[in-house]
Amino acid sequence: MTALDLVTPAAPPNGGGTWRFPADEPLRLDSGAVLEGLEIGYQTYGQLNADKSNAVLICHALTGDQHVASPHPVTGKPGWWTRLIGPGKPLDPARHFVICSNVIGGCMGSTGPASTNPATGKPYGLTFPVITIGDMVRAQAMLVKALGVETLFSVIGGSMGGMQAQQWAVDYPERVFSVLVLASASRHSAQNIAFHEVGRQAIMADPDWRGGAYADQGVRPEKGLAVARMAAHITYLSEPALQRKFGRELKRDGLSWGFDADFQVESYLRHQGASFVDRFDANSYLYITRATDYFDIAAGHGGVLAKAFTAARDVRFCVLSFTSDWLYPTAESRHLVRALTAAGARAAFAEIESDKGHDAFLLDEPVMDAALAGFLSSAERDRGLT
Amino acid sequence: MTTIREDFREILRLVRPGSRVLDVGCGEGALLDLLTQEKQVDGRGLEISASGVAACMARGLSVVQGDADQDLDHFPDRSFDYAVLSQTLQATRNPRHVLDELLRIADRAIVSFPNFGHWRVRWSLLSRGRMPETKALPMPWWSTPNIHLCTLADFMALTEDLNLRIDASAAFAGQGAARPMNPVSAVENWRTETCLFMLSRNGAAPTQKLASGEPPPASGDLFDG
Repeated sequence: MTALDLVTPAAPPNGGGTWRFPADEPLRLDSGAVLEGLEIGYQTYGQLNADKSNAVLICHALTGDQHVASPHPVTGKPGWWTRLIGPGKPLDPARHFVICSNVIGGCMGSTGPASTNPATGKPYGLTFPVITIGDMVRAQAMLVKALGVETLFSVIGGSMGGMQAQQWAVDYPERVFSVLVLASASRHSAQNIAFHEVGRQAIMADPDWRGGAYADQGVRPEKGLAVARMAAHITYLSEPALQRKFGRELKRDGLSWGFDADFQVESYLRHQGASFVDRFDANSYLYITRATDYFDIAAGHGGVLAKAFTAARDVRFCVLSFTSDWLYPTAESRHLVRALTAAGARAAFAEIESDKGHDAFLLDEPVMDAALAGFLSSAERDRGLT
Repeated sequence: MTTIREDFREILRLVRPGSRVLDVGCGEGALLDLLTQEKQVDGRGLEISASGVAACMARGLSVVQGDADQDLDHFPDRSFDYAVLSQTLQATRNPRHVLDELLRIADRAIVSFPNFGHWRVRWSLLSRGRMPETKALPMPWWSTPNIHLCTLADFMALTEDLNLRIDASAAFAGQGAARPMNPVSAVENWRTETCLFMLSRNGAAPTQKLASGEPPPASGDLFDG
C-alpha cells in the first residue's frame, strides 16, 4: 500500500465521512449543468453482507442530514431516526448495512451552494446550479455504487426523503427491492410551494443575504433563515398538537403590553428559528426548497403518475400517511397508491391515526411502528435475509 | 390448531394454486394469509381500517387502505384471477357497481352475503313487525353497516341483469359446513342463511373450478350454474 492509497482510498470507507468523486465521474444535473469533483457527506452503519443484499438507504427530509443513527456533530443530539435504526430495531446494524447521505445542495458535507466553486475559488452562492430531487437521487446512486452495492434491499424516507424514495423506484427500479414512503407526496401542491416561497422571501429580505454572496462578505442572513424556519415549523405540526403543547400559556405572569415573546408558542418558535441557523445554510435552504417545489413525478411521464411506476412493478411499496398531516395530506399518498395500483405494483398503504401533524413519522406512533416492522420483516423474508 | 372459517374453507377450495387474488375488505388478512400459505397465491387486499391494514402489513401482506365503493376503480382490467368480497356487498353504497367492478378487475368474483329471504328473517319481520335481528344479521337497524340487504332471488336477478354466470354456489348456516345449493330454487331462498357464489362474465372462458390433480371436494359440493 502506498501513501497515496491512504490519502485516496479506492472506495468510500465504511462508517462515513466525505467522499469526493474523481473528476471523470461528474454529476449531470436535470438542468443540463454538470458538477465536477462532487462531494458527498455520508454515514454508514453495519456491514454489507457477502450477498450484498442487506443494504438500506435512508433518505433525509428537507433540513435533515446523514446523522440518522449516531449523534449529530454540531448539536450533539442523538440520530434523528433511532426509533427505526439501532440494536433490536427494525433496521439493525447487526443485520443491515444502513447508508444515509447528505443531499446535494445541502450543507453537511455534500456539494452545495456553500461549497467552493472550483472555477472561481469562491463559495458558489447563487452561481450554484438549481438542483432537483432526481439530481439528489442520481448522486446517491453514485455513492451507493461506490460503496459496492448493486441492489438496495430498501430505500426509506419521510417527507422530502419519501420523494427521493419514490424517485429511486422510478429511476432505478432494478436497483431497489422495496421502497417506504412516509408522510410524502408525488408532487408539490400550490400550498406547499406557497409556504416555501414565504421562507425564501424571508431569507432574501434579510439585508445580510447580500444576493446570496454573504459567505464572501463575512455575514449570515440569520434573521431571515430563522423566520423561514419558524414559518415552516408551523406546517410540521398540527393545530391540536400546538394547542396541547402551548395553548395560550404565557412565558411569565401577565402580558408585557409589547412585542416580546409573551406566549409560550412564540418563545418556542423563536427558539426553533435561532437554533436552526446554527446548523443550516440559508442558500442551501433556498436550493433544497426549490428542488421540492420542482418535484412532480407525473410531469416527466405525460402527466400520468402510473406510467412512472410501470417499470417498478416488482418493487414492494409501503406508503404511510397521517390523519393530521396537512403539509402532505393523506389525499396525496392515496394519489400515489392509486397510481401504484394502476401500474400493477405491489403496494401496501395505511393512513395512521395521529394528531401530531406532519412530524408524526418521526415520533412515537405504535401503529406506524408495527406496520413498518411488519413490512420490513416480510420483505426480508422475501429477500432471503432471515 | 386454529379452526378455519367455513366460508374461508370453501374459498380455499375454489381458488387455483398460484393464482392472483384480491381480497376486498380483507380485515386483518386471515383469508389472504391462508390462501398464501395453502395455495401460494399472489394476494393483495383492500381494507377500510388502519389497524386492519397494519395487521396485514405485519403479516407481510400487500394491503391498501381503502373501500370497495371508492378504490376498485383504480385497479387495471383483469389484473386478478379472483376478487373476493366476503360478507361486504350488502354494506357497500353501490353494490351493482361494485359487483361489476369486481368482474372488470378479476376473471372471477367470489361473493358471499346474508340472504334476507331466509325464513328466520321473514318470520322476524312478520311476527314482530320490526327490522329483523337474527344470528346472521345481529345488529339493530340503527347501527348495522348493512345498507343494501338482498334476498337470494334479488341477487340472482342482479346477476342476470349484469349477464353474469354462476360458476359455483354454496350455502352456510351458523358455524356449520357448506352445503351445495341451487340458487334458482325458491326453497333455497327460504332455507339459505348465508350464500357464497363464484361468478364470471357470460362469454368468458369456461371455469376451471378445481386445481388440477386435486380430488373433487368431499363436502360442500358446488352447484354448476
